[in-house]
Amino acid sequence: MADDIITQLANFIARDILKEPGRILAADEALISSGLVGSFCLVDMALFVEDTFGVRIDDTELNAATFDTLAQLAALIHSRI
Amino acid sequence: MPTLAEILLKQHDSNPERVAVHVQRSGLADLPISWGQLVSRAGSFADLYARHGIQAGEVIVLVQEHGEALISSFFGAIFGGQIPAIMPFLTEKLSPEKYRTDLANLISVTQPAAIITNTEFEGEIRLAVSEGSPVRAIILTSEAEPALAADFDRLPGLTRPPDSIALLQHSSGTTGLQKGVALSQTSLLNQVEAYRSAIRINGDDVVVSWLPLYHDMGLIAGFLMPILSGIPLVLISPFDWVRAPQRLFQAVSQFKGTLTWLPNFAYNFCAHKIRERHMEGVDLSSWRAVINCSEPVRWDSHRQFFEKFRAYGLKFAALQTCYAMAENVFGVTQSDLDSGPKIEQIDQQVFLNEHIIQQSTTDHPAIVMMSSGKPLSNTEICILDPKGHALPEKQIGEIALYSNSMLTGYYRRPDLTENAFRADWYLTGDLGYLSDGELFVTGRKKDMIIVGGKNIYPQDIEILVNQVPGVHGGRVVAFGVFDDDQGTEEVVVVAEVEETSPEHHKTISNEIRQLIARNSAVAVRTVHLVGPKWLLKTSSGKIARSANRDKYLAEVKHP
Repeated sequence: MADDIITQLANFIARDILKEPGRILAADEALISSGLVGSFCLVDMALFVEDTFGVRIDDTELNAATFDTLAQLAALIHSRI
Repeated sequence: MPTLAEILLKQHDSNPERVAVHVQRSGLADLPISWGQLVSRAGSFADLYARHGIQAGEVIVLVQEHGEALISSFFGAIFGGQIPAIMPFLTEKLSPEKYRTDLANLISVTQPAAIITNTEFEGEIRLAVSEGSPVRAIILTSEAEPALAADFDRLPGLTRPPDSIALLQHSSGTTGLQKGVALSQTSLLNQVEAYRSAIRINGDDVVVSWLPLYHDMGLIAGFLMPILSGIPLVLISPFDWVRAPQRLFQAVSQFKGTLTWLPNFAYNFCAHKIRERHMEGVDLSSWRAVINCSEPVRWDSHRQFFEKFRAYGLKFAALQTCYAMAENVFGVTQSDLDSGPKIEQIDQQVFLNEHIIQQSTTDHPAIVMMSSGKPLSNTEICILDPKGHALPEKQIGEIALYSNSMLTGYYRRPDLTENAFRADWYLTGDLGYLSDGELFVTGRKKDMIIVGGKNIYPQDIEILVNQVPGVHGGRVVAFGVFDDDQGTEEVVVVAEVEETSPEHHKTISNEIRQLIARNSAVAVRTVHLVGPKWLLKTSSGKIARSANRDKYLAEVKHP
């Protein structure tokens, strides 16, 4: 389940945010603190999670303190499904 | 002319209970700050600065997040007669080393007597303040009293001379931070008066802003102008807005907001990233002007914004433009709120080759240009050719301005100040033309490429490359590289593309070359296709041409 979430998130980020469909993202790679997902794309990520998993991420949670990696985001989603 | 401190006290005295600023922070309840609270807290900060021995006329750098303490510590400096300069704070994705270097550079040029910050940023700031630094005190906002019955008649700010420096504004990036625009009280008040009359500020107005206060648009239009005018202000954190852009619309609806300033990208951002559920119950009919400012204004951005939000009561007539810069305090021009910005369809080929504006004919491709309006009542504009001669209407040249709200100079940089003026005129470094008295901004002078004696404006090439399918819109840069063999500059285009296959790259490169060949006077030497996020942007989101040029040259040298 968690792996499936990670795969979907990784594909989305590579394709729609990084615009590099071939890019492989590691589950423990820093996304926000590294600037890989810039602040202007955080809202895209929240909307994708909402559409795909039916889970809402509040804008106050869109920061590295809440989640910074795919694994952490997947765990957050999993806990709310 | 009254001092800023006198104006603040007068606003206070007219009704201390009235709300001056509504501060919004996501996850927290709205914080209304009354005039009574604002003046009392500002008095506490003035007292705090005095206790630290900071004198009138000395610079205080403010490094804080959006919030009540930032507002109060700013006005505390105005009351104390010090010169406040708001600087961006370190965010989680910025490199701390880079931030520290920039801050150290700012300190060495500006020579501030104090930095006021909070515990979150204190450690980082201490690292940037070395032995022998001019900074005598790093002050924490928590040291200020919650409220203070200060002796308001004896505030040093009340007796500051009209030509004294009221504040410094810095633009982004390493260079920008070393170049503080020093603005006198007189300039500031002249600007507020001229701009206020251009947009006909009245007692029903409510300004809603999410703009950072370290930027002229945020500091003047979205902060000082409403406060000095006694107009209620709703301040949303820029940090919150970028994560939830709907907050702007919700705040306009909640407070019946009438005026907002936005950079061009924000029109697209809001049009694309807001869902219907975010807009439930939102009514935008109170919005009388949404003013596009601080980067090139695009008609298509207005169109998208209007189509998205018309269902929520947004009036088409609310979409306005302005041309502004810190060196004139803020506004230089403003579109007429009755008729809106002027739209022109101009001939692309004549524009690129001759820098002359001609109405497009049916057989030539057209560019849609949107004006930034007419000069404010206190400001004159002149379009200059490279020799400094005034150009007639519809010819592109450097925009020069003269007004009674200009900068005193770049703080402690007489060299830069001298270069920025020709006689009494400030040379903006921006390119544009006038048409029926309306200013159209077309680009910037300093990135000009000269190919075989012909001036090429990189933004013109970039507009073309942006049209090529497969190129990531807006993520394109063109610049000149000197070719020793040819004895002139050659045009290089770097464009971000999504496709990675060599066949696709070939197709895209070919299309770029063909489009430029067909639509401009030059041929492109090199098309360098790169992946997403390759291009460097400044902290204000502009593509940094010279930095990308350096990056490209390094990559070509050591691939």
